[in-house]
Amino acid sequence: MNSVILIAGARLQAVLLLVFSAYMLLRGHNAPGGGFIGGLIAATGFVVYAIACGTADARKALRFDPGSIAGAGLGIALLAGIMAVLWGDALFTGQWLFIGATEDDKGIPLSTVLVFDIGVYLVVLGAVLSIAFALEEAV
Amino acid sequence: MDSSTPTRWITPAGLLPVAIAGSIFLWFAQMIPVIGRGETLRYVWEWVPSLGVNVSIYIDGLSLTFALLITGIGALVMLYSARYLAGHVHQARFSLYLTSFMLAMIGLVISDNLLALFIFWELTTITSYLLIGFSHDTVKARRSALQALMMTGVGGLALLAGIILIGTTAGTFEMSEINATDGVLRDSVMYLPIVLLVLAGAFTKSAQMPFHFWLPNAMAAPTPVSAYLHSATMVKAGVYLMARTHPSLAGTDFWLWTLTIFGAITMVFASVMALRQTDLKLALAYTTLMALGALTLLLGNESGYTITAAATFLIVHSLYKAALFLVVGILDAQTGTRDANSLFGLAKALPITATAAAIAAFSMAGFPPFLGFIGKELKYAGAIAVASEPIFVAGAVLISSALMVAIAGIVSYRPFWSRSGEPIAGVKEAPWPMLVGPVILAILGAFFGIFPETLATSLVNPTVAAIIGNAEPAKELKLWAGVNLPLFLSIATFVLGFSIYYYKQKLREILIGWTTRGPSFDSGWDKLMAGIASGSKALTRVIQTGVLYHYMVVTFGTALAVLAVTLWFRSTGIPAMGVPQVELWDWLVFLLVLLGTLLTLITNSRITAIAGLGVVGIGMAMIFILYSAPDVAITQLLVETLVVVLFAAAALKLPHLNPEPLSRRWLDALIALGLGVVTTVILLKVTTGPIDRELTTFFETASWPQAFGQNIVNVILVDFRALDTFGEIAVVLIAAISIFALLKAKPEGENK
Repeated sequence: MNSVILIAGARLQAVLLLVFSAYMLLRGHNAPGGGFIGGLIAATGFVVYAIACGTADARKALRFDPGSIAGAGLGIALLAGIMAVLWGDALFTGQWLFIGATEDDKGIPLSTVLVFDIGVYLVVLGAVLSIAFALEEAV
Repeated sequence: MDSSTPTRWITPAGLLPVAIAGSIFLWFAQMIPVIGRGETLRYVWEWVPSLGVNVSIYIDGLSLTFALLITGIGALVMLYSARYLAGHVHQARFSLYLTSFMLAMIGLVISDNLLALFIFWELTTITSYLLIGFSHDTVKARRSALQALMMTGVGGLALLAGIILIGTTAGTFEMSEINATDGVLRDSVMYLPIVLLVLAGAFTKSAQMPFHFWLPNAMAAPTPVSAYLHSATMVKAGVYLMARTHPSLAGTDFWLWTLTIFGAITMVFASVMALRQTDLKLALAYTTLMALGALTLLLGNESGYTITAAATFLIVHSLYKAALFLVVGILDAQTGTRDANSLFGLAKALPITATAAAIAAFSMAGFPPFLGFIGKELKYAGAIAVASEPIFVAGAVLISSALMVAIAGIVSYRPFWSRSGEPIAGVKEAPWPMLVGPVILAILGAFFGIFPETLATSLVNPTVAAIIGNAEPAKELKLWAGVNLPLFLSIATFVLGFSIYYYKQKLREILIGWTTRGPSFDSGWDKLMAGIASGSKALTRVIQTGVLYHYMVVTFGTALAVLAVTLWFRSTGIPAMGVPQVELWDWLVFLLVLLGTLLTLITNSRITAIAGLGVVGIGMAMIFILYSAPDVAITQLLVETLVVVLFAAAALKLPHLNPEPLSRRWLDALIALGLGVVTTVILLKVTTGPIDRELTTFFETASWPQAFGQNIVNVILVDFRALDTFGEIAVVLIAAISIFALLKAKPEGENK
């Protein structure tokens, strides 16, 4: 498909979806969202991009092989789980760090749970895209 | 391999295993005084406490005897192979396999936990597979390795089943505890299945008739491997198992007769087959079978004589058989052949080898004052003491022992001292690392023969105590036990043995005639394998048609049948169904889903059908939203979107939908409606009962204080049940890889 409007629209939409996916990923712990949903949104962005501009361009825009992204995601999730062991807890227990916390305010919360969710995000993104790209290239 | 050429053999790959084996040997050796006093050692680490799997080490006389044989002979064999395989491209690989095997074997004999024992048991099977197939570029080695793997692997599965039965019957997997509770297995209803399964494992591993044929084939391995695994250690694992379970399983007629009959048949058959061989290594392989048969036979009984005989013969056999295998390896390496008909009078060229061979052979043939003599006398005494059929057992022992005398002559007299042929010229004595093993092993056989009490107090008595399971004293080991029946039987053995040796050529021709005409186990094995392969091919053709429609019909049809039958027989009736009181919105969503379904059913266009399904999915998502599950709704919406987009990409290239035959649509409708009805009934039944809200309450109260999150769905996913999520994303990744592979693989002969 060589429609200029479609290509321009798809590019814009892909960017918006990516930003939105990051937003969904980060808010997930307290509001609807999370790694799974975020990964699906990001994947949708790239799938639309691939339909408009072709999978070759989409792969270039992604920079990494989708399979490697999924693999890295699984590794990150595992690391997040192992971190709990380093602190002496059972595997996959969430570890939290509250930067600048006071009596009333929790400050900036950082956690291995977020790291785990980023792993989930990457696995979903990579897995969906490796299927989608392969499917589009096969037909 | 010509070891007379100077090769660098002092390499880490060659000598590191020797150091490992040697130091473990010393570690076990320092336990001899403790074990000799009749004590046992036990160490326990809990591994999977919920399943009763522990890493527990139990060392008594039996384990220690085995451990010393494994590490002691191991160290000598590894020194031997350091020189034997020096310069081989894969020497490091060989050392790794051999060391792994040794460690697995040690684990097997010192594990108290039966499940741990099983793991080590399988590890020895796998390392043995790798070692037999070491020369993997030859078809014979690959076939022999696979055959050994399959035979012992099938036996291993039976053993696992037996172990699980033992564990459930006795309530523990710790063998020392089971053996300490008298009659816990013997008096249970599961006794017979347990014995059958355990013996299936032991008999395949220890190559009893009719599972024996893999062992001679395993001689495709390099000679040090044959010396180590297939004579001194691994094949004795089955014997170890029978000895270890002896206190709990022996003492019944079934045990006695099974072991006696299988052992006796194996013993006589193997010693006759050994005479037939002209390849020295094969002859030794069959005598190993004979020894395994003899040990099985002896372990069938409970009397002090037979068990002392078993413990002594175990040690005797390992010493002389490993020595003789190593000698044959030297002959092979120095002359290039192992054929009995072309090796004569090499004693001048190989003086040290010849001496070691002679000493070991005297022990094998059972001449005084060697340990073999004591072993043989005890075997006779044990056979006479056998409660069941002393004449049958003693006769079997007599025949096989006489044949051992003849074979000892063939292996150790003819190649070195016989003048019936010209010695091969230019043969040089083997280098010292290859001589150390046979010499030490042969000398030990002589030493223990002259000073039997050293062996008796240190190893044999504790072993007997471990096998019989009570304090009944072991019979004394004596060179001169007085003029008695065993002595006369010994003399008869020598007379018979020498006559067989004298007429060996004639006997061998007769045997070759018999065996070539009779059915062969080996070709039977090939037929069995071919049968299994063609059977599974036929089955695959039936159940794997490759047509998606068939899979769907079978899957949903089965689900329908199973659910409907269960509901019919188990349910107490269908709950009443009224018109639910819901909002107008809900009815609209319901209508939307119904319309989407109908659209999918009646359309002839793929795109429309997918769009219809999308409508159904979005309807579902709306239901989730209406009942406040935004996370699930978002996910559902995104997945629907992605599916439609992806399918749109693929559908463009697919052919137009053809209307299906009416009969098929009727079948589909039947299955679909049936499943719908069944699912509805199940849902109705679920909603009539009270819903357990314990988990819901827990997550509601714990989510914020414990996991600092307000979105319960997400908190469950990434914190409370993070391990599950990890498993799920691993599955997602695996699925993606599989689909990727399916899409990228080009089917053969197709250009699409």
